[in-house]
Amino acid sequence: MIDLRMIIYAAVSVCWLVAPLFLGNYHTDVLNNIAIYALLGLSLNIILGYGGMFHMGHAAFFAIGAYATAIINTSYGIPVLWLLPLSGILAGVFALVVARPIIHLRGDYLLIVTIGMVEIVRIALVNNVFGLTGGANGIFGIASPTIFGHQINGIVNPKHYFYLLTAFLAFTITVFYLLEHSRFGRALKFLSSDSVAAEGSGIDTSGYKLAAFVIGAFWAGMVGNLYAGKITFISPESFSFWESVVMFMIVILGGAGSIPGVLLGAFLIIGLPEYFHGLQQYRLLIFGFALVAMMIFRPQGILPPKQHTYATDNASEKKVSS
Amino acid sequence: MSLLRVENVVKFFGGLMAVGDVSFDVPQGCVFGLIGPNGAGKTTVFNLITGNYNLDKGKILYKDEEITGMPTHRVVTRGIARTFQNIRLFSNMSVLENVLAGCHCRMSAGPISAMLRLPKQRAEERAAVARAIEELSFAGLEAQAGNLARNLSYGNQRLLEIARALASNPGLIILDEPAGGMNEYETTSLVNLIERIRKRGITIMLIEHDMSLVMRSCEHIVVLEHGRKIAEGIPSVIKSDPRVIEAYLGSDEDDI
Amino acid sequence: MSLNLEPYTSKSLMEQFFTQLTNGLAVGGIYALIALGYTMVYGVLKLINFAHGDLFTIGAYLGLTLLASFHLADHLGVATALFVLALMVMGLVGIIGILLDRVAYKPLRTSPRLSAVVSALGASIIFSNTIMLVFGPSPKVYPQGLLPTQVLYIFGLPIPIMRLLILLASIVMMIGLYVFIQKTKTGTAIRAAAIDQDAARLMGINVDRVIMLVFFIGPALGGVAGLMVGLHYGQINFTMGWIYGLKAFTAAILGGIGNIPGAMVGGLLLGVIESMGAAYISNAWKDAIAFFVLIVILIVRPTGLLGERVAEKI
Repeated sequence: MIDLRMIIYAAVSVCWLVAPLFLGNYHTDVLNNIAIYALLGLSLNIILGYGGMFHMGHAAFFAIGAYATAIINTSYGIPVLWLLPLSGILAGVFALVVARPIIHLRGDYLLIVTIGMVEIVRIALVNNVFGLTGGANGIFGIASPTIFGHQINGIVNPKHYFYLLTAFLAFTITVFYLLEHSRFGRALKFLSSDSVAAEGSGIDTSGYKLAAFVIGAFWAGMVGNLYAGKITFISPESFSFWESVVMFMIVILGGAGSIPGVLLGAFLIIGLPEYFHGLQQYRLLIFGFALVAMMIFRPQGILPPKQHTYATDNASEKKVSS
Repeated sequence: MSLLRVENVVKFFGGLMAVGDVSFDVPQGCVFGLIGPNGAGKTTVFNLITGNYNLDKGKILYKDEEITGMPTHRVVTRGIARTFQNIRLFSNMSVLENVLAGCHCRMSAGPISAMLRLPKQRAEERAAVARAIEELSFAGLEAQAGNLARNLSYGNQRLLEIARALASNPGLIILDEPAGGMNEYETTSLVNLIERIRKRGITIMLIEHDMSLVMRSCEHIVVLEHGRKIAEGIPSVIKSDPRVIEAYLGSDEDDI
Repeated sequence: MSLNLEPYTSKSLMEQFFTQLTNGLAVGGIYALIALGYTMVYGVLKLINFAHGDLFTIGAYLGLTLLASFHLADHLGVATALFVLALMVMGLVGIIGILLDRVAYKPLRTSPRLSAVVSALGASIIFSNTIMLVFGPSPKVYPQGLLPTQVLYIFGLPIPIMRLLILLASIVMMIGLYVFIQKTKTGTAIRAAAIDQDAARLMGINVDRVIMLVFFIGPALGGVAGLMVGLHYGQINFTMGWIYGLKAFTAAILGGIGNIPGAMVGGLLLGVIESMGAAYISNAWKDAIAFFVLIVILIVRPTGLLGERVAEKI
């Protein structure tokens, strides 16, 4: 069983890596979008999947990373990739400030407050807050990233950008996998399963909820940086409430708390409609039906998380199917 | 010496007094029983000690340090672990993972050391798993380690809650109706388990409706009625206290 | 900043304030009608019906379709036509509400509460996209000239008669609902089911029927609010439901969710706050005002103005 799973993962990875060799620029750009949303989905998964917090304002953190990159790059000419950590830090600090008073809210209230948060951020961007964000028109002329003097232009040559994104995606998958199977990841799963029991077992539930928000936002901010460097022009449109809904759907439909699930979700929701152009206008309708049907028939998502087995000295541990 | 001291504790829910001016001491190393008819405020007292509720008046001291109003996870870290009356396990996680929850507060690795997989973090993980297996063996659940918690029998779920609490390395363990829903055989092994916990040097405080268990296990008993303490002493004294008898006869016999 | 400080006399300042007040009350009445749907469903099922805003949109589009296809105004005269139209919209949207519950929520009664929330989100997406596919993505316009455009003067202060009618209509419906809930046997059954479904069932109350009724009344009021927005503002679009829905939800929270008078007070209050904020603080931040109110109230007093605190049982 495990072997088969590994073979599938390996085959999918190889296909992903060689795909741009056989695809034109347009379809490679679709892969780039899948990678961006996969990254966003994985960062949201920390909050929504492991932490079980119904957060529908993730686009706000994404926006802060992208705008931080755009503003600093266009005003001071600092190279985009140098701003990667700073974009993450600014988004993380924002999350720390806004999430602190709301993390104790019950699931459905949290959902609606985070919608309010992302809308306020969007309205602030449209209103050209502090005279920095360029209002409804956004910011033009963001430089493409350069690596060792080699420019990686996401528009002219999406294939180069594909490998930049893929490298970051591989890094993200690795560290998030390690995070999932650690004291930190377990604490989030405990508190989402039963927060009273988690607190009663000695877990600082508020602290961990906040930490999940900060890490998720930090990552979304970094993805914002890569996104700004890719399309070189950003506007408030790209960070609306609907973007948050799309990220939310990727996690819920793919499988909350499951890295392979989120990756599959990003492919289905971002990639599939691009390859079936006739379905484009029915895209959201189909996703709406999928959400309802999924909750009724398979609430854990398409690829739910697998039971983790721990290496023990005790041979009595049995494998269970969940 | 008293390990836990409850001083003049008062708790209101809305206008209703759930606990009124209750004081008692839990001596180190003892098995301490808190009994009383339904609705007497026993679980509320537990929730006040563990910080699940904030108290309106009074003080709670553990090892002579004030823990009044401390958040629950810090109370646990100080050394007071608990189980719940209506079992609260992480039902979709494995039995082993449930016990690892108890180990949490004795570990220190943060997200960054996990992401970097530092050697110290890996050693700590291994130690925690070994510790969890130890507690499972202590509670007689080692064979169930890989099963999902929700697939355990009712009695075993209660034992798993105890194992989880023990994994936090407590000085005081608070058991809220540990024998609830257990059959006679399971209750007997529970009495045995309580004795083995005490032998580890852990003080035990319990709420229980099964009077034979209380009289067999507890060395010291406090009786609550309508949120007030009406009696306190060793089991033989409590058994013959007229106020206790009246409190119990006045309530529904089946609850005793 | 839209605040113009230059040439106002004290009278025109007063007039401006009064205009904002009546405007706020009219919009607030509409928020209150929608909020009632959130609050009633929440009261009985403890579920936030995220698709409720889209039922409001459906009401607006159905109103327009019925108005245009039957030439109601020509046959019946304007007043009767609008009354019939309102009843038709209420009935149809109410039925859609019942169907929504049957398909998207009923199978999830025993699931974790958040499953139903996700399902509601899915239903909301289905509704808004169906409207877009049927009526097209561009805004639609209600026929003009149907309604009175006169302006009444109260103590010399102007109030457009339409605003007054909107406010009166919503208040009449709210009072009607309140009397129904408080005084009738069915209303008592709804209140009982809201307090404790199991106990209500044991008392012989048909809880499924109560839920059905709630999913009829709430959407019916939301639908008629959509019709009123179409008639009053003239223009409707397929995404209007979510912004009105969010604001009405804010109104329900503001008043105390699950509490019917709370929804009314919250709606009117939010309408006025928003209208005043747009006039005296900043028009560009108008939509953000409601969200600020929402966030502040949930942080400071999640039970709302008229709600009660309930301790969580451990």
